[in-house]
Amino acid sequence: MYIIIVGGGSVGYYLCKALLGEGHEVLMMEKDAAKCERFEDELGSVCLRGDGCEVATLAEAGASRADVFIAATNEDEDNLVACQVAKHKFEVPRTIARVNNPKNQSIFKKLGIDCAISVTNLILEHIEEEIPTHPLVHLLTVEEEKTEIVEVRIREGSAAVGRPVKELSLPPDSVLALVIRNGQKPQVPNDDTVLQANDRIIALTSTDSEEALRKELTGS
Amino acid sequence: MPSPALPGPRLLRQNMNVVIMGCGRVGAQLASLLDAEGHKVTVLDVDAYSFRRLPPSFGGTALVGDGTDEEMLKKAGIEEADAFVALTQGDNRNVMAAQIAKKTFNISKVVCRIYDPMRKDIYEALGLETISPTTIFAQMLKEKLLAV
Repeated sequence: MYIIIVGGGSVGYYLCKALLGEGHEVLMMEKDAAKCERFEDELGSVCLRGDGCEVATLAEAGASRADVFIAATNEDEDNLVACQVAKHKFEVPRTIARVNNPKNQSIFKKLGIDCAISVTNLILEHIEEEIPTHPLVHLLTVEEEKTEIVEVRIREGSAAVGRPVKELSLPPDSVLALVIRNGQKPQVPNDDTVLQANDRIIALTSTDSEEALRKELTGS
Repeated sequence: MPSPALPGPRLLRQNMNVVIMGCGRVGAQLASLLDAEGHKVTVLDVDAYSFRRLPPSFGGTALVGDGTDEEMLKKAGIEEADAFVALTQGDNRNVMAAQIAKKTFNISKVVCRIYDPMRKDIYEALGLETISPTTIFAQMLKEKLLAV
């Protein structure tokens, strides 16, 4: 695939390196001459010096034959405009923007960017996963369906410990998909599966029922 | 001072509620013109020092803040505004704020300054009302230079 990356900061650099390693054709666009030079030294001739929002620069980069366009600068407005120009002027099928201010994620989607990735939100989610006491972690969100896949840890002393699944009053739109227990193979729970302390449950739930599910599984 | 005859509609709207983003020379001038005609004006700028350009008689509101931030636009009263003008030095910032005003707050009259003529064409095609000082000024200069 032909992939254009705008912005040679650390995100752009490592992304470029990884995509080159996977055998893609990658072009980096960067305004700063010194950064461009460093890129060329380290990664070969992959860098075009210029503003990724300028039509002329994008034309020079051959944006009209790009399969993917990624704007990864640390300025949200630049990422937005670069992606919109790529999409509307050069008809790039997939545009991906880095979002620095999490508030802008939904705005970007509304304005037609195919994929808006909020760095702050990603870091938050990963840190949450690493906090052992955090009872519910989001693993995946299916946005169109308002469905989430979450991981819930059953704490010692939680009312759900020692009870079979059928006795729990789970929200109707939540399903327990998997029980992961230390030292055992993960199992798909049925009505008679008895929950134990420190079990990790992978569950599907609607966004609205998330709180009710968490209460039922971890409340005392 | 007589104003130069500009082509355009003679019928003008009264009592408009206008939010202006960017208090540079143009922003400040526009704000004071509208204010003097009795419109309700709110000017936003990231730098409070920019407000020095507003005349002492200015009766509108001057707010420090970033117009690409939804919360800030709400504070500036965008929900009750009739019009929004984006006049910062950055084309991209103007384009982003103008699109937020149009798509999120459904402001019917949004005007956006874009210096880059190519970018202006793209956003014009996408339905934004834009003005490129570059094109207009170059045209005016040419006419002045070639005038007999």
